[in-house]
Amino acid sequence: MSVNGWLQFAIYCVVLLATVRPVGIYMARVLEGERTWLDPIFRPIERLLYKLCGVNAKAEMNWRQYAFAMLGFSAVSMLLTYAIERLQAFLPFNPQHLPNVATDLAWNTAASFTTNTNWQFYTPETTMSYLTEMAGLAIHNFFSAAVGIVVAVALVRGIKRTSSATIGNFWVDTTRSLLYILLPASIIYALLLVAQGVPQNFHAYTVAHPLEQPTQIQTIGQGPVASQESIKMLGTNGGGFFNANSAHPYENPTPFSNFIQILSIFIIPAGLTYTLGRMTGSQGHGWAVLAAMFVLFAAGFTALYWAEAHPHPLIHGAQQTATSTAPGGNMEGKEVRNGIAESALFATITTDASCGAVNGMHDSFTPLGGLVPLTNIMLGEVIFGGVGAGLYGILIFVVQAVFIAGLMVGRTPEYLGKKIESYDVKMSMLYVLIFPLVILSLTAFFVLSPTIGLSSLANQGPHGLTEILYAFTSGAGNNGSAFAGLSPNWWYNIAMGWDMLIGRFLMMLPVLALAGNLAQKKSVPPSPGTFPVDTPLFTVLLVGVVLILGALTFFPALSLGPILEHLLLQSGKLF
Amino acid sequence: MHSATHPAASAHSEHSVWLTSIRFTLVTTVLLGLAYPIAITGIAHLIFPRKAAGSLIHQNGQVIGSELLAQSFTTDRYFHPRPSAAGNGYDATSSGGSNLAQSNKALVDRIQGSINTLATENPSTPVPIDLVTTSGSGLDPDITPDAAYFQVPRIAKARKLSETSVHQLVDAHITPRQLGVLGEPRVNVLRLNLDLDKLSK
Repeated sequence: MSVNGWLQFAIYCVVLLATVRPVGIYMARVLEGERTWLDPIFRPIERLLYKLCGVNAKAEMNWRQYAFAMLGFSAVSMLLTYAIERLQAFLPFNPQHLPNVATDLAWNTAASFTTNTNWQFYTPETTMSYLTEMAGLAIHNFFSAAVGIVVAVALVRGIKRTSSATIGNFWVDTTRSLLYILLPASIIYALLLVAQGVPQNFHAYTVAHPLEQPTQIQTIGQGPVASQESIKMLGTNGGGFFNANSAHPYENPTPFSNFIQILSIFIIPAGLTYTLGRMTGSQGHGWAVLAAMFVLFAAGFTALYWAEAHPHPLIHGAQQTATSTAPGGNMEGKEVRNGIAESALFATITTDASCGAVNGMHDSFTPLGGLVPLTNIMLGEVIFGGVGAGLYGILIFVVQAVFIAGLMVGRTPEYLGKKIESYDVKMSMLYVLIFPLVILSLTAFFVLSPTIGLSSLANQGPHGLTEILYAFTSGAGNNGSAFAGLSPNWWYNIAMGWDMLIGRFLMMLPVLALAGNLAQKKSVPPSPGTFPVDTPLFTVLLVGVVLILGALTFFPALSLGPILEHLLLQSGKLF
Repeated sequence: MHSATHPAASAHSEHSVWLTSIRFTLVTTVLLGLAYPIAITGIAHLIFPRKAAGSLIHQNGQVIGSELLAQSFTTDRYFHPRPSAAGNGYDATSSGGSNLAQSNKALVDRIQGSINTLATENPSTPVPIDLVTTSGSGLDPDITPDAAYFQVPRIAKARKLSETSVHQLVDAHITPRQLGVLGEPRVNVLRLNLDLDKLSK
């Protein structure tokens, strides 16, 4: 660990915190349908879009209609992606003449991008045409981010509204999220990335004649990278244009591009906590939620940075500690320009949020270094979390926290003026339980099968278990990062497709049901027995609930994976 | 205040939801999946033509590679990049890392083997760890300044140059931390080798 490494972390935190309020206010204005400074450009496009799609922008929806529209849109757009993948050989923007994508991989990938996961069981350079990347995959980087935002906003409206049957209009919320938040930010961001060196073209791959051996040709993958890279990060999607993702110098060429990438992962989820405070009229609550996220984020970074800066115990004769001109530490799977600190920071942030882009290979992290990203996802993707998904996820834990506080004092719990009753707690418990159920049962199934499960492993011993556990955790958490040694087969493609769809849509339904139920309640004035949700005590309770639920569920599996691997490695055991 | 009597239900029958979904998907795909990337491509080519095309380096009318991507160097006359796990090595259509675990015997044996080989080249200096580990992309264009200094004696000998002049060339190629604080100091191997050829002439 170095002073400069910690300085980079400090700068990151300061810049992020400075964005929270302006971003939060702007998003609240967009989502409440108020005027923004982008109205002159986007308001006419917005109206045209409603007209072309037959949307009645004035109609309000109850939670069932809202959920049905969300599911309908997701299903149709997923089908479009599947069709483009299966037909790409016959479609334009395919200068490498790549063949159609196989059925099981096309299913897995369509599910992956629709669910904001962006798990990739393929090498993009040799699998996906430019058209598939743009109109099949990158559109979901926009769509799934917008869907995350609108579900979160529907829940916030549920908290805010009283005696209301409705929670907003799905099409209006989605359109406004796309046009006023995601698209303009992506345009500026993409051009910033090109300025740093990210390519943006439709050329066929370049044939280069290397300096030392000009006859040994190097074929260089190209494409419209920057336009996809921006929304990939901003929408916490994480699906790389290239196989190496943000470790690839074409996706992430400089330390500055790396900095804006990690900033763009957290910027919307962090801003949404302010939006929550603003829309519910309790700004202190927004900050208290943000504080809980920040504590968990800082703890994760500290552990990961510490683990990766350590020398390997069984390697001798190499400079493995930091000097002023080399970062030392565990550099397997990491890039020199990022070093240890920026790699550790990226890995923490990408798994705190459900982004899943990587700038270093998690599979080659030290056992404890790899434990941190896995744990981050297992905690439910609520440490800032995915765009929108992080906010509704943490609000589920808030309901749990308020419920537990209510049990302690023996009163009906209240949350921002709403009584939290049996139905609300049931819905939030459903959300909490679906997640480990799908992860642990699928992991168990594949671990027990030598032919379809274990044959895909790249590493043996406890690390092999971690590869499978990480895959299903990443899928259900809609993260998409990987212990990428795991290679696909038909069974993994199909099972992970369901893993991701369940982790997304089955978990969104209780959220919308909760939103609908809260919206129709009357507001009760706070009493002396009300547990305040804008205090440091509340932050501590919330962190405690997240940690205890996560630890109780996943600790046994973690102890057999990364923890056991660490102990064996320290005693000199290799596999 | 929002009332409970919005006449919402009739406007959102099942039929209209599917139809709206199809129309909305198609319209937004044209906007975000085609118009947006094509527009960005146009603007990028106007403002940053070289970068938008992949920061390619030309020599004698041929593309010799990209400034941003590592390529193979194996002889004693050139600085070597980090080892690569991309395809069969430095394959810019198959980027990626080794994905070997720290507890994998194959990884430890590979790294220790490389260290033992390199140690003979410059016995007085510990081997910089980046020079014996594969990068995440397999295309890392950089090595640390330490890894460049480590190779100076070999190159000076092979090219019959003084160690001082090669050392100075490395110093001139160190890219410092961006904005003084971000990332790590580094040396671009292809740029360094191009200038090394000029130095020999």
